Amino acid sequence: MGKTLFEKIWEHHVVKEIPGGPAVLYIDRHFIHEVTSPQAFTGLQKRGIPVFRPAQTIATADHNVPTLNQHLPIKEELSRLQVEVLHTNCAAQGIALYGLGHPFQGIVHVIGPELGVTQPGMTIVCGDSHTSTHGAFGSIAFGIGTSEVEMVFASQCLLQSKPKLMRISVDGELSEGVSSKDIVLYILSQITAAGATGYAVEFAGSAIRSLSMEARMTICNMSIEMGARCGMIAPDETTFSYIKGRQFAPGGEAWEPALAKWKKLFSDDDAAFDKEYTFRAEDIEPMITWGTNPGMGIAVNAPIPVPNGTEEKTAFEKSLAYMGFEAGESLLGKKVDYVFIGSCTNSRLEDLRLVAEFVKGKKKADGVEVWIVPGSRKVEAQARAEGIDKIFEKAGFQLRQPGCSACLGMNEDKIPAGKYCVSTSNRNFEGRQGAGARTLLASPLTAAAAAVTGVITDVRTLLTQKTETAEAFA
Amino acid sequence: MNPVKIIQSRFVPLPAENVDTDQIIPARFLKATTRDGFGKNLFRDWRYENNDDTKPKAGFPLNNPAYSGEILVAGKNFGCGSSREHAAWALQDYGFKAVVSSFYADIFRNNALNNGVLPVQVSDAFLQEIFAQGADTELVIDLEAQTISIPATGKSESFDINSYKKTCLLNGYDDIDYLLSMLPEVEAFEKQPR
Repeated sequence: MGKTLFEKIWEHHVVKEIPGGPAVLYIDRHFIHEVTSPQAFTGLQKRGIPVFRPAQTIATADHNVPTLNQHLPIKEELSRLQVEVLHTNCAAQGIALYGLGHPFQGIVHVIGPELGVTQPGMTIVCGDSHTSTHGAFGSIAFGIGTSEVEMVFASQCLLQSKPKLMRISVDGELSEGVSSKDIVLYILSQITAAGATGYAVEFAGSAIRSLSMEARMTICNMSIEMGARCGMIAPDETTFSYIKGRQFAPGGEAWEPALAKWKKLFSDDDAAFDKEYTFRAEDIEPMITWGTNPGMGIAVNAPIPVPNGTEEKTAFEKSLAYMGFEAGESLLGKKVDYVFIGSCTNSRLEDLRLVAEFVKGKKKADGVEVWIVPGSRKVEAQARAEGIDKIFEKAGFQLRQPGCSACLGMNEDKIPAGKYCVSTSNRNFEGRQGAGARTLLASPLTAAAAAVTGVITDVRTLLTQKTETAEAFA
Repeated sequence: MNPVKIIQSRFVPLPAENVDTDQIIPARFLKATTRDGFGKNLFRDWRYENNDDTKPKAGFPLNNPAYSGEILVAGKNFGCGSSREHAAWALQDYGFKAVVSSFYADIFRNNALNNGVLPVQVSDAFLQEIFAQGADTELVIDLEAQTISIPATGKSESFDINSYKKTCLLNGYDDIDYLLSMLPEVEAFEKQPR
């Protein structure tokens, strides 16, 4: 019987199988950041051991950094200390650090791919659950806790049990106004926020194949929101052409042998999955969440679902009470206070370009605060080079500096209690964007539509207007 | 790590489902560079009014003097979301030695195991059975036997744990000791053509 993509990579990285227990899995790349690494470094110090393979570790500061005035010392003392500790630890252990001010700095899951560090066939980990993002390149990439960060520091290995395997296929063509964020929110709404727990998920099908690398990353990024151990997409020409020529990609004579290896990374036709789902791209509409987990999503023009049974009723009522919504009502026309376009889910150049193209010539609605937080310094620089910053400025959108920002509300970019934020990030948990904040997850286009109208809007109605206007002037 | 063998204690019921790690410990409390002291902010925003730790919310189980003990019993899909190990540290620092639920998120389960907080997975029916008990009911978790029981009713259920992790917990070993013993094999693995 054939093998799945996951199995091919997994088997290639097993150092040893422990009878009745997990496997010792070799890790190719380890990304670290300021929030989940300090206690792991302390653990090493207590044992008196160094980082075993510092050259396979890359650090950045992203979770807890300001997104304005990054050239100034960090004002908040604990945050400043946390970033300083990262500098001290990386210097002591010989780990490359792209800290604040470095041209490569940015959200860890944006810079890895952007720099060509993330490559097909690798095992990649980071003390952050959205490490699943890197699976878009056909790698096994997953988030770990700080004790596991310490394990990778100590041995470049982890003890891991092999997950079950799931394939989610999306076939067909996406409609206008529908993007990869909508695909993943749709899948979540169908299989729930725990639908893939215990599984490694491979995304497949013609609609997935047709996506750019940046769009594929958005999907793999949110595979953790289904509970998946990791999400992955088999590499293809789109993948290879994205990687070629990047800073740390195999170059010169190393390129062809790397490519030959990568081309073997796909699930064989007769490979078996423990579970399979198939969805039609044509069924997917612009999505938005109404509740407090990412599985609570609906088409933007659909009513909030009415709970089915008492168990669902309890969960729905708690979420609806927090959000200030009622079952059965429509979200269209609901007032929005903040729009956040950023995070490891949707802060890449394509996202910014898409938003800029949409808002060109438009202005944000009164009473809405709009934050655009680019995923990296490179994204920010390119956006400025293309004049995207000017478009945002005219629209009244604030282009800030790279970091995780209001996705998790760890720095000062918090949404005030009770306020509504349409966010391109990945989690709408209670208090995620600040204590009492109310988050509605959506695509960059749907977020931009809310920014210009000040209310929840079906972006397709504005796209049609645009076309009509264009025709009127034709 | 301290060995875990038998945990016999009353329990704190938290019947909510999909309890994510942002609820267990909100991001704004992750700025520390040590593992200590997270217990005071455990379930911070569910536990206190308006982020004010002098105003406990009366309805929240941790604030109910009737409930106490070393075991937290929660609804399914406990620990989903962020990989922050601070969630396990907060539970441990507060005094919990075990969590009982019918379903765990993967990363949380590992984080808990790596800190000697035992994640006990039971059937939905057994979970409801526990929730139906009074506040003074004790639970007994026996790791060696892999059972959880309610002595007051005589009901009992077995739970799964992989034998490697079980040995680690029973003896207080941690994975790093084991991985360090593997380094020669890791170096040999690195030299293989791949």
